[in-house]
Amino acid sequence: MPARTLSDLRQGDEGVLDRLEVVADVAERLMELGFLPGVRVSAGRPAPGGDPMIFRVDGSEVAIRRATARRLILSDSEQVGEAGDYV
Amino acid sequence: MSDLQATSAAKVPPTGPKNSSLISLVAVVGAPNCGKSTLFNRLTGLRQKVANYPGVTVEKRLGKVRVEDGREITLVDLPGIYSLTARSEDERVARGVLLGEMPGLPPPDAVLLVVDSTNLNRNLSLAAPILDLGIPTLIVLNMSDDLRSRGGRVDGDRLAEQLGVPVIQASAARGEGLEAIRSFLSGRPAVRERLELPVLQDIGSRRRWAVHATARSDYQVPAAAVWTRRLDSAFLHPLAGPLIFLLVVAAVFQSIFTLAQPLMDGTEAVIAASGLWIGSLLPDSWFRDLLLEGIWAGVGSVLVFLPQILFLFVLIGVMEDSGYLARAAVIADRTMARVGLEGKAFIPLLSAYACAIPAIMATRTIESRRERLATILIAPFMTCSARLPVYALVITAFLPETPLLGPFLGTRAAAMIGLYGLGFLAAVATARLLKSTLLKRRSPLPFTLELPPYRWPTLQSIGLRLADRSLIFLKRAGTVILLTAVVLWFLASVPRTDGEAPEISQSFAGSVGRAVEPVIEPLGFNWKIGIGLITSLAAREVIVGTLGTIYGIEAGEEGPDEGSPGLQQALQQDLTPGAAVALLIFFAFALQCMSTVAVVRRETGGWRLALLQFAYMLVLAYFGAWMGKTLVEIWI
Ligand SMILES: Nc1nc2c(ncn2[C@@H]2O[C@H](COP(=O)(O)OP(=O)(O)OP(=O)(O)O)[C@@H](O)[C@H]2O)c(=O)[nH]1
Ligand SMILES: [Mg+2]
Repeated sequence: MPARTLSDLRQGDEGVLDRLEVVADVAERLMELGFLPGVRVSAGRPAPGGDPMIFRVDGSEVAIRRATARRLILSDSEQVGEAGDYV
Repeated sequence: MSDLQATSAAKVPPTGPKNSSLISLVAVVGAPNCGKSTLFNRLTGLRQKVANYPGVTVEKRLGKVRVEDGREITLVDLPGIYSLTARSEDERVARGVLLGEMPGLPPPDAVLLVVDSTNLNRNLSLAAPILDLGIPTLIVLNMSDDLRSRGGRVDGDRLAEQLGVPVIQASAARGEGLEAIRSFLSGRPAVRERLELPVLQDIGSRRRWAVHATARSDYQVPAAAVWTRRLDSAFLHPLAGPLIFLLVVAAVFQSIFTLAQPLMDGTEAVIAASGLWIGSLLPDSWFRDLLLEGIWAGVGSVLVFLPQILFLFVLIGVMEDSGYLARAAVIADRTMARVGLEGKAFIPLLSAYACAIPAIMATRTIESRRERLATILIAPFMTCSARLPVYALVITAFLPETPLLGPFLGTRAAAMIGLYGLGFLAAVATARLLKSTLLKRRSPLPFTLELPPYRWPTLQSIGLRLADRSLIFLKRAGTVILLTAVVLWFLASVPRTDGEAPEISQSFAGSVGRAVEPVIEPLGFNWKIGIGLITSLAAREVIVGTLGTIYGIEAGEEGPDEGSPGLQQALQQDLTPGAAVALLIFFAFALQCMSTVAVVRRETGGWRLALLQFAYMLVLAYFGAWMGKTLVEIWI
């Protein structure tokens, strides 16, 4: 089974981000916006048509394209952070 | 109270430690949309643009603050940054100023680090690299009104202890905490001992460091903004969302023709009456003719459109201040993606509805240079407010008003919306063209946009926008439009034969118009429109003033006291319906604005793209106008 990604989250679903499979520059920007490994992400209502998607992450709402969300892999466990570190 | 922290810093006597000196240049730094410009405006009394979406400020802006002892300190407002890694032009400006790499600007001696206290954990991550610069820093916990009302709290004193720098709680919007900031600025803040900071390169550890500090400062995360979620479930709804958008747009354009009409008629009556009154005071002379035919008829005919422009600006203001604009950008992203652009490009494009010049500046937030250039190239197709007088004049003269959707939409508003749509289509089509050339390589950085919570647009902020816009408009009327009217009037009064002014068609101005007539004749334009097309290169709305002057002079030729027949009636005699459509299309497409050409040259770093854009839009305008005219003639 392929790993679940942020793009699999339906409106209202939550998940814990495991890793970002994007080039370093993009990963850095996304992490600055709150998409850090171990952080809890929940999906908000996407734009009409389903793309871009809107995520509640780290206290704010951020819109990213579905294609980007597909590269953000969710972790299997529901454990937040290594030790609930970020929030 | 946390304010103490700042005041105690201010109380260090003048003979303080060696490493402290008076502050003279202060950088205002922080994440995008955290309220830096609002604070800057409060402290300096200036009116830097403020709006509720990230990326409003794209340039450094200097202002002066007077502090307790009467000294003046320079404050510099900066674009928002998430870290010291700069990826876009605006972030490079902020970074450059902070590090003292800006030519002509010394490194700042202090930093006001503005953080949004409703999202302290993330905002405070930026504090790590900033504090590491070793510049005296005051941390301003902004939006504390919002924090309180959503049930959050933070202990500023404890946070100050944690970070080793003064911290104050403030609300820039309400003017809370300003005194403490002023007294920090007037003091001689000691350079903080370097704290053991986490690995700066690693975002995760910066973030952990921030959480560590806030957790020890009793930080209580505020409840989610309920109304923002409610509103988003309507505005982002697949059906309701677009529908609401269309209804609002229709209502605004309708109001331009209905609600603004009485105001417009009023302005027109005042201008006409004052013209008559002045005319009756002055003796018959060339000066009286210049004043009435040249200036009153010319400038007056443009001034009449101020109310309509203000109506449009209320809409733009509400969209920008409420936070809706960021949602509109998200909704538009799919369309933009199809033509090779991204949703972020939509924000400058939307602000181009006010004026292309700030829009071109706003493209600095776009990380990819190619996408930025493409956005600059298509921005002038968006219908700027200078086109509004031209559209309104021609539409009102040629299209009778009949309701289409009851009181919500009439033919004139529909025509106006059509013209706005036409400009948008031209932009999209051009972007498509660029996709296979300039935008061939995909942008390396994907679209990301932080959505701000919705906020109420305040009457004050909308009022200020309208006042500023009116000032800009009046200034243009008093400079560019006045000047062209005067020059035109003189050119239309020479060469004199036997001390008599020539007929306007035989004057210098007339011969210039007749020289271009053969070129524009296929579009159904005569030499008078030709003169207008030339003068409108200065600014689009100048054509309205120019036609006002020309018809004013012609009316003077008929007989001194005939009074001018009114611009609309005069236009109806000079243009066929086909030519009227051609004129509208010409203005929709042509880059009749030298200031835009100049800004494009500056922002792209050369004449090449600026001239290419001008030529492209001119060609498109010419053929578009010709096709429009031909189609109308076939149809009628
Ligand atoms: N409730 C509240 N709103 C504020 C406060 N300060 C600013 N705002 C609002 O926050 C929004 C952003 O303000 P700006 O001053 O434009 O923010 P900025 O940091 O300059 O933003 P950029 O230039 O985009 O980086 C505006 O809608 C302001 O009215 C505050 O203290 N409380
Ligand atoms: Mg700003």
